Amino acid sequence: MTDTNKPVYTFKDFASDQEVRWCPGCDDYVVLRSIQKALPLMNRKKEDFVFVSGIGCSSRFPYYMDTYGIHGIHGRAAALATGIKLANQDLSVWIATGDGDALAIGGNHFIHLIRRNIDVNMVLFNNEIYGLTKGQFSPTSLIGQKTKSSPYGNIQPPFHPGELAIGSGSKFFARVAGGDTKLQQNIFVEAEKFEGAAIIEVLQNCVIFNDGAYDKYTDKAVKMDAQLRVEHGKPMIFGKEGNKGLILDGLKLKVVTIGEDGVTEDDILVHDALDPDPTLHLMLARLEMPLVVGVIRAVPGKTVDELCNMRLKESRANSPFKSVNDLFASGETYEVK
Amino acid sequence: MTTENNQLEKQSLKNVVIRFVGDSGDGMQLTGTQFSATSALLGNDIATFPNYPSEIRAPQGTVYGVSGFQVHIGENSVYTPGDDVDVLVAMNPAALKTNISSVPPGKTIIVDTDSFTKKNIAKAGYEENPLLTNQIDPYVVIEAPITSLTLEAIKDIGLDKSSADRSKNMFALGMVYWMFSRPLDHTIEFFKKKFKKKPLVIEANIRALKAGYNYAQTLELMPSPFVVLPAKMEPGTYRIINGNTATAWGLMAAMEKSGLELYLGSYPITPASDILHELAKHLHFGVKAFQAEDEIAGVVSTIGASFAGELAVTTTSGPGLALKGEAIGLAIMMEMPMVIVNVQRGGPSTGLPTKTEQSDLLQAMYGRNGESPAIVIAASTPENCFDYAFIASKLAVEHMTPVILLTDGYIANGSAPWKIKTVEEMPEIKARLVTESEGKYEPYKRDRETLARTWAIPGTPGLEHRVGGLEKQDITGNVSMDPENHQHMTKIRQEKVDRVANYIPELEVEGAQEGDLLVVGWGGTFGSLFTATNSMFENGEKIGLAHFNYINPLPKNTKEVFSRFKKIIVCELNMGQLHMILKSKFPEFDYYKHNKVQGLPFSVVELMNKFQQLLDNK
Repeated sequence: MTDTNKPVYTFKDFASDQEVRWCPGCDDYVVLRSIQKALPLMNRKKEDFVFVSGIGCSSRFPYYMDTYGIHGIHGRAAALATGIKLANQDLSVWIATGDGDALAIGGNHFIHLIRRNIDVNMVLFNNEIYGLTKGQFSPTSLIGQKTKSSPYGNIQPPFHPGELAIGSGSKFFARVAGGDTKLQQNIFVEAEKFEGAAIIEVLQNCVIFNDGAYDKYTDKAVKMDAQLRVEHGKPMIFGKEGNKGLILDGLKLKVVTIGEDGVTEDDILVHDALDPDPTLHLMLARLEMPLVVGVIRAVPGKTVDELCNMRLKESRANSPFKSVNDLFASGETYEVK
Repeated sequence: MTTENNQLEKQSLKNVVIRFVGDSGDGMQLTGTQFSATSALLGNDIATFPNYPSEIRAPQGTVYGVSGFQVHIGENSVYTPGDDVDVLVAMNPAALKTNISSVPPGKTIIVDTDSFTKKNIAKAGYEENPLLTNQIDPYVVIEAPITSLTLEAIKDIGLDKSSADRSKNMFALGMVYWMFSRPLDHTIEFFKKKFKKKPLVIEANIRALKAGYNYAQTLELMPSPFVVLPAKMEPGTYRIINGNTATAWGLMAAMEKSGLELYLGSYPITPASDILHELAKHLHFGVKAFQAEDEIAGVVSTIGASFAGELAVTTTSGPGLALKGEAIGLAIMMEMPMVIVNVQRGGPSTGLPTKTEQSDLLQAMYGRNGESPAIVIAASTPENCFDYAFIASKLAVEHMTPVILLTDGYIANGSAPWKIKTVEEMPEIKARLVTESEGKYEPYKRDRETLARTWAIPGTPGLEHRVGGLEKQDITGNVSMDPENHQHMTKIRQEKVDRVANYIPELEVEGAQEGDLLVVGWGGTFGSLFTATNSMFENGEKIGLAHFNYINPLPKNTKEVFSRFKKIIVCELNMGQLHMILKSKFPEFDYYKHNKVQGLPFSVVELMNKFQQLLDNK
């Protein structure tokens, strides 16, 4: 940082004095630390950060951050954040929410936040289960999943957060595993830079009610082959040997091995996160093996908070009225003597 | 009638109620507002009420497509749009059918005979042409071929038939202008301004207006025209305002007075949407009117805006208030300032969306989970919606708690003269914003007198803090599940609202200050209650009116006022909600009650009959 007026923080500056009370081993600890480490990299004043949440395990988040914060009501974090951002565009507003909070009770606010492209960052802790209410299936739980409220197996098909977000017009969608602090920090910084609604899905393991839900992607033994980290402008290559990649086969993505069947690195798709056409991004978000992580989509676009602010400034400058008194006295009035 | 001295021939009237009714496409609202504006300019006091169907364009000629506009003009102060209609203008059979019962025998009905076709008569549900039966005998009926005369008057302008047809309301207005000795110039100016780019439309309407006026004069429709002299009103500059506009403007005045910006988070709902429409126009004052995806996002984004330091408002009607309940509880817990405007309508459920009722009082008071007291106030006339919207904002930011402002469809859509106020003459608003703290910021540290906390907004260095829906420890604002603390905080939240009683005016009584009967009301029924009470008081009855604008908390002298009267009657457009509150707060009194839930305001006559009964049974 060259600007000496800008305060320089460490992660400790963002840790509140409240005791963190998630279950031991919960990925939420990792995400909390990642955010606390990422914020000092954002070149912003501490007092400009606001963390809001709804209800759920992850929604305790604001209490643990030494920033401005609201722990709201179930499902409504996106609406709280919208009001804050419309009121003051200079703030950096963060939402901590879960799969139940954002996609069930708060589903309406989720899609409209994205439609309006409000310039906030949403960290969506997806553990495919209700944790705080102790183990019911969520809107991302898998078919057949046995939970307290689906003892015979879940029959409700799941939402895929990426698909729902992109379907709602999302301009920024990223995904990261709950334990991957390095990538988390990287994505949080990207999200902050992005002007618009940034949706970050964190695959968070619930050690109590849905332990191991993401093992097939996150186990050390399989991780390299099961996750593909996309980066804008780089070929989509992954795997322990660094020799697997994605190509388009007709209208489908296909995993290929470089050096086999005449495939060379030049054949591998290059990630274009800026492409306004969401088709490929949607396919990447939906891919089950490997799981695509990183910033899948980051398309610049107008934000409603910016438009609102701009219009306000313009009409203020051009208004014939300087005081509401002028309005009250305008138009049809009459004198009584 | 001789025409040598027209002036002497005019009959002077103290006040008159005129109702214009026709198809929803007939322009009755415009006709009514023009008559009201012209009358106000002549110095009459006025009260108006539009009455339109919930269907936007119901099938032509049917009874459910009838739209009406009633105006009460007077030489004396008028407080209601009036019960009984003195002059009914009915543009078609359906309009006659649905409104004739409001006209007492001997009063005047003007009909457009051209519209009494076989088809229209049948559509209205008449078996035969009512103009040919004895059912119109009790009235003075003026039959005029309004449509054909209008078309004749403007035939050479070159307007297509349907546009020409639309001028017939102006012909009718011209007739009424003559009947009431009103000048045409205000309406002529209106058309010149409104249709600047459509000279044909201007020409057609002006010609129709003049033709109607001349027709009435030439045919001497009535023995002599009426005159209503100017009312004795306080000198000053006035404008005609409806309750919803007054509400929006009161909020804007509070914005300017407090130095805050105004944020509205709202979702369209009848009859509150006009507040959203009005505020949406005024971006240039720093008003952010946000149309949210639903009622809940409306109120929750409002809480967000409040947290960020704006004068934050959400507007709705009954069903919307139900949806907002949980979030209002959050604002109570967070001790955030916020104004919730509920323009009440008939319920439950969707109920009667375009009709009035006062049945959300208990919802406003208690419609939330947990012990969650909010300040509840109510406006009582179209014009004082301005004052109470201002006061709601003031109480919210000075006491750091949500305020629910109740209005209703009747005063929201009704209009009356408003003596224009300026921001300078409104009371100070001191928001409790803070920019620094000694030591660590303590969000729940309170003012000793009001118990209100301070308001530290994001962007202020060093005051970072968290608030939320979980119970908080007093002073620090940290989450606390401690049993004693919860009891303490519950009491604090109640006490904070109770102490607002120290900052609101005492209850005043209109009419007798003590005596036989105290009429108690609240909110939008003031006009009818006052008119009824005052007229009986002037006739020598010991009757007074205590009308509440502040309901939670109640004014401090409420009990003392009640104790000065032998009988108390609580009148409400619900089944007895204030009655229930008063009974529990002041059980030492016996209360009579008068209740009505027909989607209509009280009529003055029904009130007077009721009061007389109580006065007679001493």
